[in-house]
Amino acid sequence: MKNITNQELALWAARGRLLAVDAVHEAASGHPGGSLSCMDALITLYFAEMNIDPADPKKADRDRLVMSKGHCAPALYSALALRGYFPVEDMKLLRSIKAHYSGHPDMVNVPGVDMSTGSLSQGMSAAVGMALALKHQGTDCRVYTICGDGEMAEGQIWEASMAAAKFKLDNLCVFVDVNGLQIDGATKDVMPSEPLDAKFAAFNWNVIKVDGHNFEEIRAALAQARECKGMPTVILMKTVKGKGVSFMENNAGWHGKAPNDEQLAAAKAELEPIIAALEKEVG
Amino acid sequence: MAGKIATRSAYGKALAELGAKYPNVVVLDSDLSNATMSKFFAAEYPERFFNVGIAECNMVGVAAGMAAAGLKPFTNTFAMFAAGRAYEQVRNSVAYPGLGVVCVGTHGGVSVGEDGATHQCIEDLALMRAIPGMTVIHPCDGHETALAVEALINYDGPAYLRLSRPNTEVFTDEMEGYSFEIGKGVTMRDGADVTLVATGLMVGIAMDAAKMLEAEGISARVINIHTIKPLDCELICKAAKETGAIVTCEEHNIVGGLGGAVSECVSGCCPVPVVRVGVEDQFGRSGKADECMAYFGLTAENICAKAKAAIALKK
Repeated sequence: MKNITNQELALWAARGRLLAVDAVHEAASGHPGGSLSCMDALITLYFAEMNIDPADPKKADRDRLVMSKGHCAPALYSALALRGYFPVEDMKLLRSIKAHYSGHPDMVNVPGVDMSTGSLSQGMSAAVGMALALKHQGTDCRVYTICGDGEMAEGQIWEASMAAAKFKLDNLCVFVDVNGLQIDGATKDVMPSEPLDAKFAAFNWNVIKVDGHNFEEIRAALAQARECKGMPTVILMKTVKGKGVSFMENNAGWHGKAPNDEQLAAAKAELEPIIAALEKEVG
Repeated sequence: MAGKIATRSAYGKALAELGAKYPNVVVLDSDLSNATMSKFFAAEYPERFFNVGIAECNMVGVAAGMAAAGLKPFTNTFAMFAAGRAYEQVRNSVAYPGLGVVCVGTHGGVSVGEDGATHQCIEDLALMRAIPGMTVIHPCDGHETALAVEALINYDGPAYLRLSRPNTEVFTDEMEGYSFEIGKGVTMRDGADVTLVATGLMVGIAMDAAKMLEAEGISARVINIHTIKPLDCELICKAAKETGAIVTCEEHNIVGGLGGAVSECVSGCCPVPVVRVGVEDQFGRSGKADECMAYFGLTAENICAKAKAAIALKK
């Protein structure tokens, strides 16, 4: 999938956004804001970057992804469903007692999920452990993780960051979804995490900054991360919380709230024409 | 193995010896390898030893990731930090996904001694056994510890191993018919009037108590519960039926540990008096190990007194 075009990625991301918003509506609960902000990165990873096989989700030499900001399971499940790990129709079962698509990623029951997450910052440590193990085993598998910028307030993030640098985990690439908002409001007000670039640099990480909605920049950063030896990479991606659904954009209120029927219709009215136009362009 | 050895030392040596047989085993420590005795493994297999610094929560998370990638990690720190500080990492990153990490908590209980209450964990058995699917093991001596280590290497699931600081007598190696199996209690001595159900260092003390009771004409059975979860309820219920009274003996709070587990068990199969010997819901204190044990009533004398009280409660 390396030669997939950015336009095709944009199409999958738009489909992912629709799927995630629809699923959260169906579940009548969930986290749309942060799911939409990290969707472009997730789609890039699953469709253009990672060495994976949806037909063999547990294959030993696969690259791994840990969704450290586990509340964005709707985004992860959407990417996995679109990539073919399980039927797209199953997204209707998100958070349902009738199925196993739990509100936060579940590695035991959901095909393609590499680590159970949900309690913030624990995914970061697990990703460090995976990268350490895969390096120890002599593989060239890579480990990716996605954290939130609010999540940076967790002390364990920095414990894990120190360890990743100590063990020279150049097979680890962490995205921080810098959308600037968290449940209680603006990250700069709740607990300022910036300057994240200086913080990670001081922790001996390779730091790259990108526009998290620009596929060209995301792919270039991933290529640079692969080339960087002897240290882990963090990609600080500036994003828009709620990206792609105008009334959800840059609004902390949509961190953990489901759209009602009218709001879903409004979201669809925005996303469906984009999908149709991209389908036409991609052909 | 006769003589005295701390269970933490027996653990460290066993792990280092078993390292050759099990190349999948990796060991993590958080700057306590000289105390947890993971230093023996570190010396033999430096490439399989990972010191993550004083960051126990991260250590447990890293171990979870390593297990998810196919390795068999043992994390090492004091019981206080293994089960206390990193509780939620054990629950959510290890136990919830069912990963085969062995979380080792050395320096359990008040026999830690001089360091005092902040380092004397008396809640770990309760915390760990409350986690769904968690296996909780607390060996009674160095010989049992070594067997537990190999059993845990071969056990594919989340586990907590509680170890002790002081040097104590090894006795299970000379016991006829002794064998170690996760989840199976060991009848150390038969008896008809009361059953002393003990775990960890209290097993040896309960054996002493049984001898003292015998001198007074009381026949006490002693059961060694090295696996607090899954509890050998069958063996305990049989003892409840046959002896009609139970005394639990643990170097732990009387709330939620072995006493709690045994009470839950017998209340469902054969309700008999259960009297608990343990730390009576208070924090520890500094002192020499044996002084601390005595201060909190973790003695053969107290077990004898509680055994008589339990017998008196029989209908």
